[in-house]
Amino acid sequence: MGKKKTTKKRSSRRGKNGQDTGAKIKGLADSVVKSASVEREPAVDIPTRALSNVSFNKKTRYIEMGDRFQQRNLFNYGQAKRFMQTMLVASKCKDLIGVDKTASIRQIYYLAKHTIKGTKEKTFDNQDESDPIIEDLEVALNALREELHVFAGSKGALIGEITFIDSGDTIDATKLGSGGYAIPSIVEPSVIQFKKCNAKYVLHVEKDTVWRRFVEDRFWEKHNCILMHGGGQPSRGVRRMLYRLHDELKLPILTLLDNDPWGYYIYSVIKQGSINLAFESSRMAVPDARFIGVSSFDYDRIDLTDDVKIDLDANDIKRAKQILNYPWFAGKKHWEKEIKQMIKNGFKMEVEALCSKELTFVTEHYTPERLKQKKYWLD
Amino acid sequence: MDDHRTGGTRQISNITGQIVSPPRVSGLGSVAPAKVSSKSAQGSARTVSKKTSATRKRPAQASAESMAKQQREISISEFFARNRHLLGFDNKRKALLTSVKEAVDNALDACEEGGVLPEIHLEIKQLAEDRFCMICRDNGPGIVKAQIPNIFGKLLYGSKFHRLKMSRGQQGIGISAAGMYGLITTGKPVSIVSRTGTGKPAHHYKLAIDTKKNKPDIIADRTVDVEWNSGTEIEIEMVASYNKGRQSVAEYIELTAIANPHASIFFRAPDGNVFDHPRNVDELPEETIEIKPHPHGVELGTLMKMLKETNSKQMGAFLSTEFSRVSPKTAKEVCAKAGLTQRTWLQGVGPQSVEKLFNALQAAKLRAPSTNCLAPIGAEAILNGLLKGIKGEFYTASTRPPSVYRGNPFQIEVGMAYGGQLGSLNDGEKSSSKNAKPPPSARVIRFANRVPLLYQQGACCTFKSVVETKWNNYGLSQSRGTLPQAPLVILIHMASVWVPFTSESKEAIADYDEIRKEIRLGLAECSRRLGIYIRRKKKRSHYSQRRDVFHRYINEVVQACHSMTDFDKEVFRDQLHKLAVRATQAADMEFDDHGKIIAKRKNGDNEMDNTIVVEEDGESPAGQLELFNKEPEPVPLKKRRAKAATSKKKKKVKKRK
Repeated sequence: MGKKKTTKKRSSRRGKNGQDTGAKIKGLADSVVKSASVEREPAVDIPTRALSNVSFNKKTRYIEMGDRFQQRNLFNYGQAKRFMQTMLVASKCKDLIGVDKTASIRQIYYLAKHTIKGTKEKTFDNQDESDPIIEDLEVALNALREELHVFAGSKGALIGEITFIDSGDTIDATKLGSGGYAIPSIVEPSVIQFKKCNAKYVLHVEKDTVWRRFVEDRFWEKHNCILMHGGGQPSRGVRRMLYRLHDELKLPILTLLDNDPWGYYIYSVIKQGSINLAFESSRMAVPDARFIGVSSFDYDRIDLTDDVKIDLDANDIKRAKQILNYPWFAGKKHWEKEIKQMIKNGFKMEVEALCSKELTFVTEHYTPERLKQKKYWLD
Repeated sequence: MDDHRTGGTRQISNITGQIVSPPRVSGLGSVAPAKVSSKSAQGSARTVSKKTSATRKRPAQASAESMAKQQREISISEFFARNRHLLGFDNKRKALLTSVKEAVDNALDACEEGGVLPEIHLEIKQLAEDRFCMICRDNGPGIVKAQIPNIFGKLLYGSKFHRLKMSRGQQGIGISAAGMYGLITTGKPVSIVSRTGTGKPAHHYKLAIDTKKNKPDIIADRTVDVEWNSGTEIEIEMVASYNKGRQSVAEYIELTAIANPHASIFFRAPDGNVFDHPRNVDELPEETIEIKPHPHGVELGTLMKMLKETNSKQMGAFLSTEFSRVSPKTAKEVCAKAGLTQRTWLQGVGPQSVEKLFNALQAAKLRAPSTNCLAPIGAEAILNGLLKGIKGEFYTASTRPPSVYRGNPFQIEVGMAYGGQLGSLNDGEKSSSKNAKPPPSARVIRFANRVPLLYQQGACCTFKSVVETKWNNYGLSQSRGTLPQAPLVILIHMASVWVPFTSESKEAIADYDEIRKEIRLGLAECSRRLGIYIRRKKKRSHYSQRRDVFHRYINEVVQACHSMTDFDKEVFRDQLHKLAVRATQAADMEFDDHGKIIAKRKNGDNEMDNTIVVEEDGESPAGQLELFNKEPEPVPLKKRRAKAATSKKKKKVKKRK
């Protein structure tokens, strides 16, 4: 499967509208029909979405996608099915654009799934097959997911000192009870407009449970901030929201994540963008985001007991070393120290581990202190 | 006329072989059984009886005189009556098989020697739980009236047994032994009807054997009317048991039909099943020529006996007339080496000189024996036989050039049938299919002088050679020391004037290096062709699988593209189909790219000679059911196309049902 290097220039992705995307999909189909008519095997060029095809731009400080393509050929045994699936998903997106509706990625899966005539084979066996195809199409067509009229489920929530309009409804994020505002998959200005913001910064925590601790202790009220969580690895909606809060309202983004490779990578994705979706870094990455905890050194700093330790397994160590080698981590001395210390410790710690001292230790002591002690922040 | 005598001939060689071989009969142990006259055979029997009775009598302090009273000749028939297990009548099941074997072998020999294409009609009827009646009829030249009682009613009848000629004869004990078995177990005489030609009467005899005197007892003798022109019909009633599957009569008949494609064999089993093996070669095998023994194949005792029996008076004449490949010049050299001259009178030669002569003969450089005494089945006939008997898809056969072991000429033939209804290899890509059974072990079918060998496979040289072959090199899987796991039938035939068996029961070929080597080479030649075929087939199925996948997705792609843009669906679809065919050209390799293979052969590549590929068009899952489909359908489910890979001639293969 030859990876083709081309020198095609990637144009800016901004300012597309539905009309254009529809035309692009038509163009894709036209090129397939045309290549068949000149006896060329129909193929789609899919930019490679892997570490091998991303580079870290030191100037913009986020991950950018390279220009390597992978050809997806109908008459290549290994690619035939995915080619067919790509065309199916493209045609479903075209249909959605035509009737001006949006569908979830799961709905797309069901729309495109059927049994191939005369066989027992299904076009898609599970959603894991259709999801990457959608991402492939985004890059291949140079169109965003929302431009393809596709969205993912809501993931993550926010609460705090901000008022905004979502699809015409005004949301006062200080009056959301204990549940907060579920961040939708699409948070583009066409859907959400910021109205008023008193927050001084955004505190992003890793997951729902920690976030609830902060909400219950009304941390956002006391510290005048916006509290967000991404339910683990943040979805594109969450990341786009962080980007917009930072970009439009100039709010600093601070992250409080678990002390494990997973947490490091969440921070990395927020800050530099992900490898898989490197083509969207420019509209999602927040290079100014900071990591305020939990650090490998906190075990000593705040005098924790053995009870908080979770042993690192071989996988964790492998992943940590991988992260250490990412170009955007490499060369950052403090990060090198941090990750190496974790490996040296031989254990990882969750944010919740801080509760071993006291239930509200994290909201009343740890976080307020970290907010003041900028020397412990990691860039 | 001579035909049935051959049967008698066999008995002698066999019985003497068994009686002579016990090591305690020291003096005669080294005598090659084939060259013992009937006289000496009986003599040896006497020797045995003397010894055994002596042993028995010792505790009674018998005197030489009292012992002498006990000492008397035992008839060979009596000996057989007691030792029937030695002759293949060990149990009920084997008794039936041995009887059938003798009857069928005799019938085939009779027809062949009479120059008639054999048509054999065998029927086994079940009379009671363990009582069966075997009827075997051939279309041979028949037997003259006067000889019928001798041939069927007397063991060891015949005088031509010591000839060195390739015949089925080395197997078994002869039809009279079967008759005797019947008589012993049921008390019923053997019934024989024979007719020597149209316009001549058919004689019907009922014979019993007087086991004491080894003489036929004629119970009935009359002239009857029969529907057939010439031939012999024999009917034996016996205690037996009929079984199916391996080592059964049906298998024996099936294998015989494979090794004798020039014969038409019809068999009606006691359960009503009918096995019809039609003829598919219209030529009789070549008549074999009798040869003199080759000095390298002779043992000392035999040499002594030959010296005694020859008509020659002087050493030079004896050597050059009684042996093959001994010229007067060689004879002179041999004599000189043994301290004798060509003129030495035979009468005066002492035992020590004979031994010297023997050693000189063994050391002499002699040409290999002539091989025109061998009549191999022939690669083409093997193919026909396999094609007839085994429903595979790929057939290949090879006849090795004649070779020699211990002075005996022999020739090895190997045939293979693969795939088709035997099953298919598990393809890695097809692993998803639920009924992916591992392929069965290959089956080895063994023949000696066209006679199937059914017992003692593991002890047989042929089987060992198959196991030793590295089948993995030819695309088949094989665990160490086992048969390859493949839908494969391997035929191995050894043709020789003297097939060396491992034991008296004559069921396995002995392991001589020369024989093993020839078998190995024959196997290698055939499996090389098979390997090429398997590889090509794999590639083809690989690509046709791909083509299927492409064709399957094309419709989806056309449909999807159509909802995105406007175009002529049909044109687009056709274009894609064309591209799919182009991308999987290899799938057509063997279908219409045949010219390529021929072109290759023109450059002197004849590696796929003697090979037949039977294509099966439109694989129908009802392939098995078809057997039960009595009504022929207007369009056959299966169109079998045969292609001879030989460029010269294309073989037509009859459509199979």
